[in-house]
Amino acid sequence: MKNDVSVEVESSAIAVRQRAHGLIAKSPHEMVRDLFDRIENLPNIKQVRPTDTGLIMVRGKVGGDGARFNLGELPLTRAALRIDGGQVGIGYVAGRNSDHAELAALADAMVQSETWGGVLEEKVLVPLADAVRDKKTENGRKAAATKVDFFTMVRTRKEK
Amino acid sequence: MAYVSVKGGERAISNAHAWLDEARRGDTNVPELGVAQIREQLSLAVDRVMMEGSCYDPDLAALAIKQARGDVTEAIFLLRAYRTTLSRFGASEPINTTKMSVARRVSAAFKDIPGGQILGPTFDYTHRLIDFGLSDDKTVPAAPLGDTPVAEHIPAIASVFAHEALLEPAPTDADDGAEPYDLTRQPMAFPAGRDQRLQALARGDEGFLLSLAYASQRGWGNTHPLCGEIRMGEVAVEFTPEELGFPIEVGEITVTECQMISNFEGSAESPPQFTRGYGLTFGHNERKAMSMAIVDRALRHAEVGEAGVHAVQDEEFVLYHSDNVEASGFVQHLKLPHYVDFQAELQFVRRLKKEWEEARANSDTSEFAEAAE
Amino acid sequence: MTAALSLQDIQPGFADPVYDAQRIFRRLMDAMARPGRIVDIDADIVPPVPGLEGLSAIALTLLDFETPVYLPRGEIGEALSGWLRFHCGCPVTTDPQEAVFAILSVTELLPISAFNSGDPKYPDRSTTLLLACPALEGGKHVSLTGPGIKEAAHIAPSGIPDSFWNEVMGDRSQFQLGVDIIMGTSNAVIGLPRTTRINEES
Repeated sequence: MKNDVSVEVESSAIAVRQRAHGLIAKSPHEMVRDLFDRIENLPNIKQVRPTDTGLIMVRGKVGGDGARFNLGELPLTRAALRIDGGQVGIGYVAGRNSDHAELAALADAMVQSETWGGVLEEKVLVPLADAVRDKKTENGRKAAATKVDFFTMVRTRKEK
Repeated sequence: MAYVSVKGGERAISNAHAWLDEARRGDTNVPELGVAQIREQLSLAVDRVMMEGSCYDPDLAALAIKQARGDVTEAIFLLRAYRTTLSRFGASEPINTTKMSVARRVSAAFKDIPGGQILGPTFDYTHRLIDFGLSDDKTVPAAPLGDTPVAEHIPAIASVFAHEALLEPAPTDADDGAEPYDLTRQPMAFPAGRDQRLQALARGDEGFLLSLAYASQRGWGNTHPLCGEIRMGEVAVEFTPEELGFPIEVGEITVTECQMISNFEGSAESPPQFTRGYGLTFGHNERKAMSMAIVDRALRHAEVGEAGVHAVQDEEFVLYHSDNVEASGFVQHLKLPHYVDFQAELQFVRRLKKEWEEARANSDTSEFAEAAE
Repeated sequence: MTAALSLQDIQPGFADPVYDAQRIFRRLMDAMARPGRIVDIDADIVPPVPGLEGLSAIALTLLDFETPVYLPRGEIGEALSGWLRFHCGCPVTTDPQEAVFAILSVTELLPISAFNSGDPKYPDRSTTLLLACPALEGGKHVSLTGPGIKEAAHIAPSGIPDSFWNEVMGDRSQFQLGVDIIMGTSNAVIGLPRTTRINEES
């Protein structure tokens, strides 16, 4: 049985990979590509499974909070590659863009590597996190501008 | 009668295709429409095609609309056909609409709903006057920004009722861990569970559902609900690849969700409370989400002891006829060659007519004979 | 939630998944349509377990996220498990009744009755057994009759446990339920669909 410390280390390692996956997948491909292009030395890569596009069934919940049901499908492209240090990265990105999925896989491999994790964080993940946050803030502010500010007309009745 | 195969349409068909291509392009003095233009500027048509085509891919849906010359049902067919060429990797974790980054969120039931009434980009308060200014290119000013963004997570309608237990709880997943019904893998079967119904309605034709919902409101269906909540915005889609064993976000999609609530006077088993109808669609499509929620609730008539006497309450009627790819195929197949069937019918009707005329001639003679007597 | 895979040493699968899978599928279809015939499978892969090329190529062709697979315990099963989960996305099950496919060698075979023979409403939901043999010749002879076989076919795969053919005959007595079987070596397979009747030769 695993002890608490190893479980904790494992779950934090997973959280780090999940964050990288999410940031790459939620950012536009051109932005991700541009950030990777600015890194001077990238690790050598070898594909371990040909990149391909398939579908996942997107599920919802009845009433938003109940039993699951199948809503409709979403095209998804996946990639798997190995970098110099031996780390294997997996990428799954919505859409049909192979390069986007391969960059997600590359990020997943780099984030697991002591050599590459820091570079990735500084050059790619931090700028993406900023961009994702800025976009969310802007949309949230646009929505806020359309929020109804109710006021009630006070009826004053004159004494007859 | 021997079957005579008919050939010779090939040249005509290929020339018809060439003319179709030309007709799609229209006047070549007018610049060609780009797929990105359709995606960005006809985005609600794109949303509808993605939902009823059951494939969330804005670029593909835009391309399908272009190829179909703007015929949305034809574009839906194209997208459905395309999705069958892709293999399935699995199913997402259920999307969490309470974590939606909302662009729009309104409630017709509670003026002061927590999180507020957020109108978002809506047609609702436009005057429906043609804007002649749009026929010329003009720069659109940026939408105004509020000082602080709306809350990141806006509570769902259920939270308003939470302390009173006045809203029926949503059904939970089956205890046996069974996967939800999937119409793309299993044939339609009855009686249908709520999961099967909601999937069919989500893929169903917007116009058909709108008419059913309207009929239901007007008395052919026993529901006149209130819109508890509509929300539209982006949600993250999470997927757990088998080789990773933990969920990852694979992207964000825009969805519209509608919670309809109607009174329920209670029964021996259940106290009086509000019941819910649920609608969820890809993209921004309130008309569809609202219609779906009304029809979902109407189909639950048996659960709440309502008599199921109207078409909208009959799940076989609704689910068998809501898919516009199937409906369009069956209606439109009638224009394909039925030469042999028709020959048989022709002979049949000729024979009936001859018999009818003979019978009439005989009865005329006998009547004449009777009259003469 | 299943545990994350260790992917450090994962072996590649098909070089060209679409065309390779089509080729293998075609050969497998021939094997199932002509029960008893030894069909060259032309696997062209390097699976994690040497000797399992033929059956592994079939697994890559047929398995996906909807087909739970039963694998032997121990090192061989573990190596196959990671490789198949990675390439096919298939869940691995420890319950043979739940298995849509089972990949086993003759030395670790379970009784046929342990697998799922389908149910009367859905006989297709049975287990398909991919059985690795040392060789497809040189063993005890059995004769086969049924659809796809003109008169009778004779096979003699080696290493088959004594009770095996009796169990298969018992399973097939409940036709149209039944376990479909594909026997294979590194490069060839024999299809034994449930429609094939088996007679032991003395």
